[in-house]
Amino acid sequence: MNIHWLEITIGAIAIAVVLTRVLSRGSGWLSWHFWRGAMIASSITMTTILLALSFLTLGETRPGAGRIPPWTVINHEIGLKWDAERQWQVPVVGEETGFFGKVWSPEEAEALVNKGKLTIQSRNCMECHTLLGNGAYYAPDLTRAWLDPWWDTRIKPIVGAETREEAMMKWLMNPPQYPQGTRRMPNLGLTEEEAKAVVAFLKWMSAIDTNGFPPHFSLTYEQR
Amino acid sequence: MSATTRVRPKLYEAQKLAIWYFVVAIALFGLQLTFGLIAAYQQLNPEFWFEVAPFMTNRTLHVNTMVVWLLVGLVGGVYWFLPQETGREVVGIKAAKIIWWVIVAGVLVLAGIYLFVQYGPGEMSTLWLFMEGREYLEAPRWVDLALVLWVAIFLYNVIATTLASRRITGTLMVLIFDLVALGALYSAGMHYSINLTMDQFLWWWVVHLWVEATWEVLVGVLMAWSLMYLLGTPRKVVETWLFLEVALVFGTGILGLGHHYFWIGTPEYWLGLGGFFSAMEPLPLVAMVVHALYDAGGHRLMAVNKPAVFWLITQAFGNFIGAGVWGFMQTLPQINMYSHGTQLAAAHGHLAFFGAYLSTVLMLAYIVAQNAREHIQVPLDSRWWKWAAGLMIFGIFGITGAFTISGFTQTLIERAEGGSTWAAFIRAYTHPWYANTLGWRYFFGWVVLTGYLILVYDLWTIGKKAVTHARAAVAAVGGGDD
Repeated sequence: MNIHWLEITIGAIAIAVVLTRVLSRGSGWLSWHFWRGAMIASSITMTTILLALSFLTLGETRPGAGRIPPWTVINHEIGLKWDAERQWQVPVVGEETGFFGKVWSPEEAEALVNKGKLTIQSRNCMECHTLLGNGAYYAPDLTRAWLDPWWDTRIKPIVGAETREEAMMKWLMNPPQYPQGTRRMPNLGLTEEEAKAVVAFLKWMSAIDTNGFPPHFSLTYEQR
Repeated sequence: MSATTRVRPKLYEAQKLAIWYFVVAIALFGLQLTFGLIAAYQQLNPEFWFEVAPFMTNRTLHVNTMVVWLLVGLVGGVYWFLPQETGREVVGIKAAKIIWWVIVAGVLVLAGIYLFVQYGPGEMSTLWLFMEGREYLEAPRWVDLALVLWVAIFLYNVIATTLASRRITGTLMVLIFDLVALGALYSAGMHYSINLTMDQFLWWWVVHLWVEATWEVLVGVLMAWSLMYLLGTPRKVVETWLFLEVALVFGTGILGLGHHYFWIGTPEYWLGLGGFFSAMEPLPLVAMVVHALYDAGGHRLMAVNKPAVFWLITQAFGNFIGAGVWGFMQTLPQINMYSHGTQLAAAHGHLAFFGAYLSTVLMLAYIVAQNAREHIQVPLDSRWWKWAAGLMIFGIFGITGAFTISGFTQTLIERAEGGSTWAAFIRAYTHPWYANTLGWRYFFGWVVLTGYLILVYDLWTIGKKAVTHARAAVAAVGGGDD
């Protein structure tokens, strides 16, 4: 459904004002009764609109529903394309290349991404990193981590990996051994299975349409 | 006005319980500052305690002790005022006492888990037992259940006491309504989803709708009661302002939630909605400033409790500057696209929590401290509270300033210029404009801690002289138990 923010905003304020008038009939604006009415009116109006919008939003943010990629996106090449009209990047899903040397079925892919999500929560990653920009700002934002050129240019050679997923997995299993910058990431005891799953989760996350966040990832002005 | 003493009326059981709430809150505040200071030092020297308690551990404890001590202080404030508001003992006080000690024990166990266990394997059982791993909601599920039980018993206390008193005031009406929302919202946090977008969508229902809606209203209720106690403001005036504030807090803050839905995979209409409503969020905070100053001015600051009035006014200004100004600074999507997830958010967080919540709890702590002994000093005053307040306010502005500068640097270097990559992130935090602020943060952290130590001493001793004098007077006339 195509809805516009301005109509909702004007509608919300209008409903709250009318409802206030109805609830506080006969009392002047400086009275106790008037503001009790205003309080009830604005609470009810805004809560109702929030619930309705949440219902709509949750419908549009199911995996595979457009903005959120399906779990099997991990089998594909992922890139970012400059959207000239909106002036920001949108993720594009390319051809099927496999992941860790195989093509994962929808069930297998979901189980793997799930394991990755559980690992990310159990290791408290958000307490240093940010995911979709939310977290603790002590370590890099991971929204587009899968697409970071650093894996190919810096990490692959030092961990001795052939592919990007292998480089990420090996690095994650012992980060303090390969410090980057002056802040080190602790060794969080990831098993090979967990590290693989975390890489799958990061790859899936990099294909979420985030309205252009983080801005012009890894792009110079000339490339836009 | 010279101080006089009078005999304190008998305390209700709920008020005796409230004293414990404040003792624990102030102790946890000390822990919050300690872990914050360690985390600040680790930014300067990342190898410090890297093997035993890395940044993530100290940051978890810094944030979690803060949430707990502030909530404990706010709930304690309600237990303090509720018997006065309803004119009777709180119904279900026995259950309130039991759950309180369960919560205290739970908090200690949780702190032990955070410090010594730190994390677990990537299984569902870890989320239940050790670590849920969602910022602010790191606590495992068993803690969530204990918290819900605590809020449920608290809500029962409030509703049953109100019903038993056969009279509902405007403030009680708002309080009950708010607590129902607060408890219901927390349950939205006990939810696991593989889909990160859905996870964060509901996560904000707890984090935003607590901090920027239901907690603000709870503070409004406590402010209303405090204004009546401290300045004798008429109930009708206080309640009318409270209604206006709630109308504006919920009117702007509920859809203001949209400013967290700009970049998490949610549709584009949230950009406009979140931008507009969150830009309006400072409005109720302006109303609170006008209200507090109007009442204080109207009474020429002739308060029964000087430190409490000071913190009340600090709350009004601090809430407006920290939550309002620092929030507005980065809330429109046009800037937030670049500043989201940078140190600027931490700048806002530090000043907003200090202004809105810390000031409220310290105001309440002084009200409770005034009545904690058998003789009350009126007006309550001391030399030390000014030092405590001055150092803490100076310190928090220093910390906020340091975060703001590193936040601007990160926004510029990492996001706008660098294209937000790993390399750009390193470039930003090693830039002198960022790196130089880390020392200031650490220094001002010590300033706040010094203020805190004076605060503890002051809360412990303030009004004690009045008791000594009163005892001497009683002894001089040769009789009576005190």
